[in-house]
Amino acid sequence: MADTIGLTLNGRSQEVAPAATIWQAARAVGLEVPTLCYDSRVAPAGNCRVCMVEVAGERVLAPACARQVQPGMVIETQSPKAVAARRMVVELYLADHPLGTCGVGKGCELEALARRLGLRGSRFPARSSAPKPDLSSPVIAVDLSKCILCRRCISACSDLQVNNVIGLDARGFSTTISFDTNLAMGRSTCVSCGECVSACPTEALVERLHQDVAFRPDARKTRTVCPYCGVGCNVELHVVDNRVVRVTGTRESAVNLGKLCVKGRFGYDFIQHPDRLTRALIRRPGVPREAADQGDPRDCFREASWDEALDLVAARLGGLKARYGPDALGVVSSAKCPNEENYLIQKFARVVLGTNNVDHCIRLCHASSVAALIYALGSGAMTNSSFEVYSSDVIIVMGSNTTENHPIISSHMRQAAKRGATLIVIDPRRIELVNHAHIWLRQRPGTDVALLNGLMHVILKEGLHDEAFIRGRTEGFEQLGPVIEAYPPERVEAITGVPAADLVRVARLYGRAKAAAIYWGMGMSQHTTGTDNCLSLINLGLLCGHVGREGTGLNPLRGQNNVQGAGDMGAIPDNYPGYQPVEDPGTREKFERAWGVPLNPRRGLTITEMMEAMRQGGLRGMYIVGENPLVSEANIAHARAALFRLEWIVAQDIFLNETARYADVVLPAACFAEKGGTYTNTDRRVQLARQAVEPPGEARADWEIICDVAVRMGYPMPYEDLAEVFAEAAAVTPIYAGLSYARLQGEGLQWPCADATSVGAPFLHKERFTRGLGRFVPCHQRPPRELPDDDFPFVLNTGRVLEHWHTGSMTRRSHGLDALYPELLVSIHPLDADELRVRSGDRVQVVSRRGRITARAEVTEQTPKGSIFIPFHFAEAAANLLTIDALDPVAKIPEYKFCAVRVERAA
Amino acid sequence: MGVAPAATPPLAGFRPETREFMAQIVSRYPTRRAGLLPLLSLAQEEHGYLTVEAMEQIAAFLGLSPTEVYETASFYTLLHFRPIGEHLVQVCTNLSCALLGARPVVEHLKQRLGVREGETTADGLFTLETVECIAACGGAPALQVNGRYYERMTPSAADALLDRLAGER
Ligand code: SF4
Ligand code: SF4
Ligand code: FES
Repeated sequence: MADTIGLTLNGRSQEVAPAATIWQAARAVGLEVPTLCYDSRVAPAGNCRVCMVEVAGERVLAPACARQVQPGMVIETQSPKAVAARRMVVELYLADHPLGTCGVGKGCELEALARRLGLRGSRFPARSSAPKPDLSSPVIAVDLSKCILCRRCISACSDLQVNNVIGLDARGFSTTISFDTNLAMGRSTCVSCGECVSACPTEALVERLHQDVAFRPDARKTRTVCPYCGVGCNVELHVVDNRVVRVTGTRESAVNLGKLCVKGRFGYDFIQHPDRLTRALIRRPGVPREAADQGDPRDCFREASWDEALDLVAARLGGLKARYGPDALGVVSSAKCPNEENYLIQKFARVVLGTNNVDHCIRLCHASSVAALIYALGSGAMTNSSFEVYSSDVIIVMGSNTTENHPIISSHMRQAAKRGATLIVIDPRRIELVNHAHIWLRQRPGTDVALLNGLMHVILKEGLHDEAFIRGRTEGFEQLGPVIEAYPPERVEAITGVPAADLVRVARLYGRAKAAAIYWGMGMSQHTTGTDNCLSLINLGLLCGHVGREGTGLNPLRGQNNVQGAGDMGAIPDNYPGYQPVEDPGTREKFERAWGVPLNPRRGLTITEMMEAMRQGGLRGMYIVGENPLVSEANIAHARAALFRLEWIVAQDIFLNETARYADVVLPAACFAEKGGTYTNTDRRVQLARQAVEPPGEARADWEIICDVAVRMGYPMPYEDLAEVFAEAAAVTPIYAGLSYARLQGEGLQWPCADATSVGAPFLHKERFTRGLGRFVPCHQRPPRELPDDDFPFVLNTGRVLEHWHTGSMTRRSHGLDALYPELLVSIHPLDADELRVRSGDRVQVVSRRGRITARAEVTEQTPKGSIFIPFHFAEAAANLLTIDALDPVAKIPEYKFCAVRVERAA
Repeated sequence: MGVAPAATPPLAGFRPETREFMAQIVSRYPTRRAGLLPLLSLAQEEHGYLTVEAMEQIAAFLGLSPTEVYETASFYTLLHFRPIGEHLVQVCTNLSCALLGARPVVEHLKQRLGVREGETTADGLFTLETVECIAACGGAPALQVNGRYYERMTPSAADALLDRLAGER
């Protein structure tokens, strides 16, 4: 095809792209054709007829948004006929939506259009009866009397997000948009992503939160990165009077195309919540830790100046180090902090404290995935980019409730499935993605290795493996056969409950795919067999050669917005930044030179090992940054007893959370909106964040606090700004070496990025694996640690829900999210519920060998029979009082996804 | 799509015979969604109107979203979303009927029955609706009662019809 074609636009010859629509061609040469229903992110619908233009020789006008250009076309965008038609259409709209209908200030596009066309009103009669406003959703106001039926919301909901909630009710004059089977929005299956709100050109759909100020014309917009999950959506924070009052998605972002989930769009109130810490706090003398359990935990503290608090922190950390040695101290870093701060925190631990005891929540989410990937392939990250789902013809999602935990990646997957990719879901729970899947395998909890071995058994037997790939790019293949020999489909059916025929179907689909990718979540990693689970996924990928090409790969979906970055920056006990081992003498020397001090040669303790060391008295003091282990650790009662044995704790956080309240000193930190920095999302994209508001009271950015403590402990950290910290980190981190703030201004870059000319890598392991050859590591099925028995007959599965995040400290302080999901629900299968005579809404008590909680039941077929599901966000009924602290032997990750419990009706 | 084995059987809200018939209907078409309209009329036959649960169960059974089912159903004036009277009187007010006097018929019926369009009489006997073209232009103005056509309507002809229907009880 030619690069351009020639045509005439408004009397001038132009060269335009051959695939362009008339609208795009016109825009490319600086002509604006007005539109109403058009959204560049989805296929044009051609509904509104506002964009009509005249094409010479054609009987009727053509919709510019939908019509492709042709060589030699003669187009008039402003011919009398086109303008008259446009004015007529807008006038018809104005009949239902007179000027002045929209009053909130969101900016009515119809009104703007009418003004542009010089229209003052309509000659046509208005619709006789208009529906009443629907305020059933706590975050979105619906007023269909303002709706002009452009259907942009339908396309936003169905084509962009693929939530399929909005439709058209009735026909003719009585047509309206409707939710599901004409339910109120708040009672429909709407997931409150707000995409329809952002698409709506009027105020028929509008945000409810802070409506009085959200649309003030003096609102400033700052582009930054969503603070929640690893997808790393780009957001605009709208700020009025130093308050964030509205959030919208950045349409230019390759990560989310402007799409957001309910957390990203409506979960920002925590920023200005009255509970924010604004002063440093010091525990009052003689007040024991457990005093924080009674009344207001703030009463255990007195406020202090920064100088006093920092002096105290430096003195106590220094004292403990002098008395017990550096390894008696531990640091927990935060995957909510940007790369620069993680770099400084681990440097502080290693250089100032002198210990490698530094870790972060990776231990609790994907430590096993990373361990397996590094061992087998040499790099622990997701090998694909999230937008590569559009290049895969087969997508397997295993042990990941993507829709609730990585909503925007799930929406990409649903779109890919809609466009023809085969989506296979493997999960014991009937997760939302099942609605979009071609096949769903419902394995029994804890039988993943058997299932994967079964798939490989079929693939090998039917010769669907990729011999050339195995020969050229892998090692250890000969060990695979003997192990998977033992997993014929019939036996696998007996172990997993998955019908043999379905197993064979999936094996064939994956084996024969042109490009297949696997995505997984914590359903795979959070087991005592977590590393085995992930190794088995890797074996499967290697066996069929589905790694290292576009659309093929192995992808652990990372949880926190910067959990990838925190690991990259070395906030882990065994590696310096860039996954360079602390126990390697050469590497150590390199860092000793860079940092100018001798470094501790022993690898440090993981979070889970630190707990054990506290219990045994080896660990005496902790510095906890932006974490809440007393809600997130497995077997909290045990963890609490361990933490209480510490001589001294300093917590640095934005809230006095369920852990910080037991600290000796609490330092008030700035949150994401109050500082810059870079965050690395789940597909290795390093993105620049920007400050939107000032921190409350005396709160300060974590990096400034860390630097001040370091200086007081005799190691100056004199950084001007975060860019300088980033430059230092990039210089010692080979995968970041080519990155700089200047290069990250636009869409960010995906590591590895070795030098200033590299543009990063959408997918990894192209010609060779990071470690050279890919390694097969066959595993046998092993049972979880604690199996159900007569006393504890149910399997407990824990995880997250869409509306909340981790320990809830942010989301439960965000009005909209809290209103949407106000209290803990225990999911239980209808047949089990019948047996226990429990109905939805009844209170139940869940008991394990370690603890008990009380909460309401939700009877649902989402959860398989014999199993219950409890989200871990709710401190007052913490799921982790129940969970078992049994660890994966390699990665030290706890078995959050499986322990035995009993369910009783509560009074 | 729509593969989910579930504990409660699909279409649990219908009689076993209906369920079986629905499955049979769906098996006649190359795609499952093609069975939507016949299933909706079966559902209405069984419950008198389309309940939210019925539409949701049909959606799940056909691998559609509830909104796709409702969009289709609400397009047809023969499908209802609320309980309706024993006799459903649907007067066409589209072009031919309008020109030949449908409005006076509607106004008369409203008065006689004491209801507005879309409403049901207190005794549950009659529901009055106006509808788009029912393909009886040759006999305009036309109306139908429970699917039966009555043509060349006048207010008095409508009165006679109503008397007869009320007397059938
Ligand atoms: S908020 Fe999202 S899910 Fe709900 S109707 Fe709008 S687009 Fe659909
Ligand atoms: S998908 Fe993740 S990153 Fe995107 S808006 Fe939601 S929580 Fe934020
Ligand atoms: S913008 Fe082209 S038809 Fe609506």
